[in-house]
Amino acid sequence: MPAIQSTVTEEIHPDVALVARAKDGDTAAFEQLVRQYERQIFRVAQHITQNREDAEDITQDAFLKAYEKLDQFQGNSKFSTWLVRIAVNESLMRLRKRKTSKTVSMDEDVQTEEGSIPRDFAEWRPNPEQLYGQSELSHILRKTIQGLPPGFRTVFTLRDIENLSTEETAEALGLSVPAVKSRLLRARLQLRERLSRHFGHKKEGLPA
Amino acid sequence: MTCTDFLSQLTDYFDGQISPELLEEVRAHTATCSHCEVVLDTTSKTIAVYRDHELYEFSPELRDRLHAAIMAKCSPKT
Repeated sequence: MPAIQSTVTEEIHPDVALVARAKDGDTAAFEQLVRQYERQIFRVAQHITQNREDAEDITQDAFLKAYEKLDQFQGNSKFSTWLVRIAVNESLMRLRKRKTSKTVSMDEDVQTEEGSIPRDFAEWRPNPEQLYGQSELSHILRKTIQGLPPGFRTVFTLRDIENLSTEETAEALGLSVPAVKSRLLRARLQLRERLSRHFGHKKEGLPA
Repeated sequence: MTCTDFLSQLTDYFDGQISPELLEEVRAHTATCSHCEVVLDTTSKTIAVYRDHELYEFSPELRDRLHAAIMAKCSPKT
């Protein structure tokens, strides 16, 4: 057994060993990786494409691509980030094919100013969960995120729903960290503005 | 701190990457600006409500079907 260097504080991600085994042709190791990430990849694809059938296809294609290109995975990033990147690219490609009129790219949404400057200052009291039942709330949340430009929706999904770090999100999208931050701000503000139509309560008539 | 300055710090604020000095300024600003106070609160709730609600069902049936389809495609080339 090789000696373990105790001075190295950075923990080695358990995926590293699985990826190495998968590269050597160990199907069980690859299957373990599939099991770990199929839900996340499906969710990312569904959020970006807003279509369940597309999300199913993309999930299969993304894992197949990862399987075929495993040798090219250098391990500079986390395996999960690399996988998400493949799934995002597949999802955006799918959107491009589906929509001919609307632009779908990580760059072209930047022009969208709508909702970037807060206009609605109503408080959300009571909380959305107290205001709506579970299924109605889910419906509002789905409709609202559907209305975001795909580029913003993608950044918000990776960062706030899937909990990737800013750096991982940048890597998965091929964007710089400042670009991710600026898109994330706009995505959050636009969602907030749109949700305020449902959740906002004006303070009219109440003492300040 | 102006409202525009406040907005420019919002991402770092939510990501916990804001310096203690700027955090003080954000707090001082929202203490006196009710609009930005609401923006801070409702943006925070926006993130939380999406984080806390699984919007798309991933049923065991779907998982099994998807898993089987993936593994059928990813088999060793002989």
